[in-house]
Amino acid sequence: MSAPRWMPARVAEAVPSTAHARVLRLAVPGWPGNLPGQHLDVRLTAEDGYQAERSYSIASSGPGELVELAVDEVVDGEVSHYLVRVVEPGDAMEVKGPLGAYFVWDAGDPSPVQLVAGGSGIVPLLAMLRARVAGGVGGPFRLLYSVRSAADAMYRDEIDALASGDIEVTWAYTRAAPDGWGGRVGRLGPTEVAAATWPPDQKPLTYVCGPTGFVEAAADALVAAGHDPLRVRTERFGGR
Amino acid sequence: MAEFSRGFGGRRRDTDVRLPPGQYLTEDFPVLSAGPTPRIPTDEWAFSITTETGERLTWSWAELMALPAEQVTTDIHCVTRWSKLGTSWRGVSLDVLFADVETSLDFAMVHSYGGYTTNVALEDLLDERSWVAFEFDGEPLDPEHGGPARLLVPHLYFWKSAKWVRGIELQERDDPGFWEQNGYHLHGDPWTEERYW
Repeated sequence: MSAPRWMPARVAEAVPSTAHARVLRLAVPGWPGNLPGQHLDVRLTAEDGYQAERSYSIASSGPGELVELAVDEVVDGEVSHYLVRVVEPGDAMEVKGPLGAYFVWDAGDPSPVQLVAGGSGIVPLLAMLRARVAGGVGGPFRLLYSVRSAADAMYRDEIDALASGDIEVTWAYTRAAPDGWGGRVGRLGPTEVAAATWPPDQKPLTYVCGPTGFVEAAADALVAAGHDPLRVRTERFGGR
Repeated sequence: MAEFSRGFGGRRRDTDVRLPPGQYLTEDFPVLSAGPTPRIPTDEWAFSITTETGERLTWSWAELMALPAEQVTTDIHCVTRWSKLGTSWRGVSLDVLFADVETSLDFAMVHSYGGYTTNVALEDLLDERSWVAFEFDGEPLDPEHGGPARLLVPHLYFWKSAKWVRGIELQERDDPGFWEQNGYHLHGDPWTEERYW
């Protein structure tokens, strides 16, 4: 396999997702397609040649030259600020990818799949959900999605639509619940994680993605509940 | 030269000659691992080096603590593009651990509690280039960061600095470890951006 190269990309669409996040669809001529859960690198170049690179999860998968990202603005983030606040359709950047062969879902695997997302950690997991629905193959899926409030949920309408199909969706709210919400509000604890996920005897494949503290807590809870650590795949956004 | 991105550059970061290409500075200490964090009590911890003859040198935690340790201040560079400058560690040099190892092999597979592996050339481990580190910033190494002990190979991307390290197996060829099988470079020099295959 040869090393991926930087490829020119143009913004085809830029749609607000939440007050601090945007969905970008990039037209990438020659994009080879990607598996659900992979990521790419973005490189931005200023007029004077200054460059910055960051990695982003891909919300789309399969063949085609349109690649979807969903970017949450990081406090003081130079690249995320540009992608969420500045870039417009027609603007140029470069991408390299697809990258990563570990945090991916194989549609040929019939295991039950448990997805656990915190905040913008939904992005690679949404790619898996979309692939599951579009392909009509694979085992049963469950999603546990923790957000600060309903307004902070990326892809909320799409996820609600999935929940009315055969995907089980559990929302968790850490700061504020929507009107009429009967459940508790607060960070997920071991009890909530165990209640909303496949039991260990179902031998699910679990993907956990989000900020470090969230992933640590959720993965610890799954292991404590008896899940095989080797079947709990994690992707941490690094920051606290 | 890449086509420029209209309107980009307003919030650029300070550049620093100590930053390899494509890296940015971070003040906090991000955590990136492929699975749940293993928690290994020091009374169960052991570290071993295995050679081609099957010879196996093993150290318990107490034996590791009895070896001469060094203070190491170094920059670290993650393949996900953050770099942290002037980090402070304490650990035992691999030169100390390899002092009685007889081998003609050139490569090593590093093994971790939890199943992680990474391949490193022996020349990247010896001559004051790597440590088994057990303190960060004067405190015992947190499990999230690989405690009780991790490998520290600061001149390579940080995925080579295996967390929860449990042993080194010498090998004839540079067979790939975990991330190397999943798309990352066999060597991982941040200054030449050896990120991916």
